[in-house]
Amino acid sequence: MPKKLKSKTQKARRTRQETKPQSLTPNLQFMGTGLSSDDLKKGKVCTTYWIGDTKYAWDRGIAIGKYLEGMKHGKILGVECHKCGRKMVPPRIFCEWCFKPIDNWIELFDTGTVNTFSLCYVTWDMQRVKNPIIPAVIEIDGASKGMGIMHLLGEIDPKKVHIGMKVKAVWKSEKEREGAITDIKYWKPVK
Amino acid sequence: MSDRVGIIGIGATQFRSITPDVSYKELMFEAAVKAYDDAGINPRKDVDTFVTCAEDYIEGTSIFDEYVPDQIGAALKPVHTIGGDGLHGIATAFLQLKTGRFDIAVVEAHCKPSNMLTPDGIEACGQDPIYNRPLKLNTHFIAGLEMNRFCYETGVTYDQCAKVVIKNRRNALNNPIAGRAAKLKLNDFKYAESVSCPLTELDIAQPADGAVVIVLANESKVRALKKEPIWVSGIGWCNGTATLESRDWVYLNYVTKAAEMAYKMAGIADPQKDISFAEIDDRYSYKELQHLMALKLCCSCNPGQCVDNGRTEINGEFPVNPSGGALGMGYMYEATGLARLYCAVEQLRGNAGKNQIKNAKTALVQGWRGLPTTSTAVTILNA
Amino acid sequence: MGNRVAIVGAGMTKFVRRAQETGKELCYEAAKMALDSCDMNLDQIDAVALGTAPDTFDGVHMKGEYLSDGAGAFGKPYMRSYVGGGTGVFSVAQGWYHIASGLMDTCLVICEEKMSSYRPHPQGAFLTIFDHTTERPLKPNLLWIFALEMNRYMSTYGLRKEDIALVAVKNKNNALDHPCAQIAKAVTVKDILNSEVLAWPVQRLDVSPVSDGAVALILTNETIARRVTNKPVWIEGVGWSLETSYWTNRDLCYPRYVEEAARMAYKMAGVTCPRQQIHVAEPYDPFDYKELHHMEGLMLCGKGEAPQMTVDGITQRDGELPVCPSGGLLGVGNPIAAAGLMKVAELFWQLRGEAGKRQIARKPKRGVAQAWGDLMQVGTVVVVGI
Repeated sequence: MPKKLKSKTQKARRTRQETKPQSLTPNLQFMGTGLSSDDLKKGKVCTTYWIGDTKYAWDRGIAIGKYLEGMKHGKILGVECHKCGRKMVPPRIFCEWCFKPIDNWIELFDTGTVNTFSLCYVTWDMQRVKNPIIPAVIEIDGASKGMGIMHLLGEIDPKKVHIGMKVKAVWKSEKEREGAITDIKYWKPVK
Repeated sequence: MSDRVGIIGIGATQFRSITPDVSYKELMFEAAVKAYDDAGINPRKDVDTFVTCAEDYIEGTSIFDEYVPDQIGAALKPVHTIGGDGLHGIATAFLQLKTGRFDIAVVEAHCKPSNMLTPDGIEACGQDPIYNRPLKLNTHFIAGLEMNRFCYETGVTYDQCAKVVIKNRRNALNNPIAGRAAKLKLNDFKYAESVSCPLTELDIAQPADGAVVIVLANESKVRALKKEPIWVSGIGWCNGTATLESRDWVYLNYVTKAAEMAYKMAGIADPQKDISFAEIDDRYSYKELQHLMALKLCCSCNPGQCVDNGRTEINGEFPVNPSGGALGMGYMYEATGLARLYCAVEQLRGNAGKNQIKNAKTALVQGWRGLPTTSTAVTILNA
Repeated sequence: MGNRVAIVGAGMTKFVRRAQETGKELCYEAAKMALDSCDMNLDQIDAVALGTAPDTFDGVHMKGEYLSDGAGAFGKPYMRSYVGGGTGVFSVAQGWYHIASGLMDTCLVICEEKMSSYRPHPQGAFLTIFDHTTERPLKPNLLWIFALEMNRYMSTYGLRKEDIALVAVKNKNNALDHPCAQIAKAVTVKDILNSEVLAWPVQRLDVSPVSDGAVALILTNETIARRVTNKPVWIEGVGWSLETSYWTNRDLCYPRYVEEAARMAYKMAGVTCPRQQIHVAEPYDPFDYKELHHMEGLMLCGKGEAPQMTVDGITQRDGELPVCPSGGLLGVGNPIAAAGLMKVAELFWQLRGEAGKRQIARKPKRGVAQAWGDLMQVGTVVVVGI
């Protein structure tokens, strides 16, 4: 339960403080002209539009390729570095701390623990939504402590989400899975 | 400040038109492992600062800087991105080492243009959004304008431009990492499709995927590691104007200024005599000639004659792009200059195999950031 | 070891939601003001170091090249550095190594951002900062990462939103005295707690606004600094550090990368006890909890202790350690790279006693500015002193 911090002084609670200028300020002239939405709508300034044609198809590569292939089969795969002993997810072909190639692949569980979460009321492009989207960092069971992935929570009352909660992946049906991170629809609480 | 800066390790992947087997991270990892092995260092312990050269639009990721550290051994270390050619990265590492606060610096650049589905659309975003983009022209039009005016004023012929392509792509045949080697004849250019007249499809360097990593160190560290370095004896970089409407289409003053800065630092009085060979930007065929002229490396006032009389061949008086250049190895956006540097170091080390130039002691490496920029960097290397 | 580098001039534009000026024009205005402030002209500038964050906002590929002539780089050595949100403070390090290397005598450092060009909302551009294969398909919003981090921070130390909101109250009120401020407004903790919930625990007034603006500094070596001003502000230390990009693999409750960057800068500056030796701090505050997070990373207090310091009023402008006397990003505005450089400009004015209504009474001698960026990943730190 969060504790209430007590103040030794009341300074921080003030809304407006008065300070006297200590020295003569040079007469600085700042440029910059602000425009309002109305200025644009009413055509006060000329504007030009451009819709970029920028499309990409990124190669998944060795590590993420295998990870997504695992997803297709309803499995979460990780990798292990024998030098530092870390079991990592998402997988990579190198250990970034030891700077050596990865030793082997391991299968992890599709359950985990909520490391942190948010209740988000806006979409990626700032459209308002009524029911919150619940992104979370989920520490995956079977991986080293603190090894999480970002995903979404579902089938839960937003008020009841808490850090440390145990969750389980809800997979798409085998037919629907395509080898993507979205093969997991979301994670739901373990009853 | 008298401390010199030397290159102690280089690593590069093969340059290929596609690399579907690996991700960009895995591509960078390969080049990094090779470079650190070459330098005999452990990046986790020995490197003080890392520089990467990348542009977001090429990667398809905003703030690409995020995804740099892990695969080059740089996590939780000083790392930053320079929005510039790989040689701008070398200049940055050079400056940092010269402050005396760092001993070993690493420069990385890579490219995966095969992952760009709309390269023309992406490059169009480099044009001025207000003045130029509404004209809806393919960015290559700027090269068309420049080539036309350049040939008109200097008397360089289109055949001479074609010979640059023939030379570079032939040189690439003997470069094991080159991705665009070919044996062409002048006759082939008759059938080349026009892109932005007089520029044809064959005049344009075709993209390639690849990664390059270079390890630099200050003199005391070079000595401590008992390395035979390639010294960076001069460096210069410069920008011209960003606007198309007010630029000089023939004489590239910004290239001359960058070169003069590098020559002065390296103590080069007569570039043609003091430099053994050059690896310079050839994004477009005519660019090699135009850059040669601006770098003061031309034998006469007409740079076209340099290719006509075989002066710039590998066995010529002043070899230019013995590696095959971007035309022969592939154009790799921000990694292009670093690929030139990689090959120049191989030459100076005597590792260029069939393309080896005898008695190569001093090299000039130049990079240009491509259209629509007027941004260049020049490096002088000494064996 | 290296030449001493001084800041001798500063300039900035107003921070506004939508500027009529183009990016080039904003650069020009800031650069001109900085040059005029120390009676120098462009011919006396050896090199230009530019900082600007994602190209996507302006929709301009190679934005550094596009901005070059506005930034005064025509015919000059010019480079653009880039570490996401950390760019603004890093650009000072960039200017520093230009001069400390001995290659350049003077350097114009300039940061610009124009976020208003992106449609319909600049937030959309942030989708592309996430990993294209493992994260983007989930349609993440930038607010997520802040909310996830803030939640982790709050739960680790058992903090209440009321106490964190004090940061927003302080900074937005401080900004009332900044002539360039975009949304200076007297607010109370109640206002913040009642503002719209965007991504719990992040609410509307916990967040800095998106802005257009530019800031410029003039850096010189010691000889020139002595010639052009009697009040040079020395760059005593610079530091930067980039954490792993596997952000879901690390504990978000503490910014190790800020600590690494700070250690590098403090070592160079000879600062051994930051709490005593630093008199004013401008940590990065795009969200209110970030200021607290960064104070801890900068070792201005112990882990989890920054909220108590704020509650005690120590970080007020008339407190023992004023933090964000400018008004910070929360108050002045957040044109990403420019906001970072604004923090160094503020230290420049504070140390010279030229901060006007914002002037700290205690006559600070040394200050630290810090910015943060990428995927909660990079710390950039500059220590300046007189």
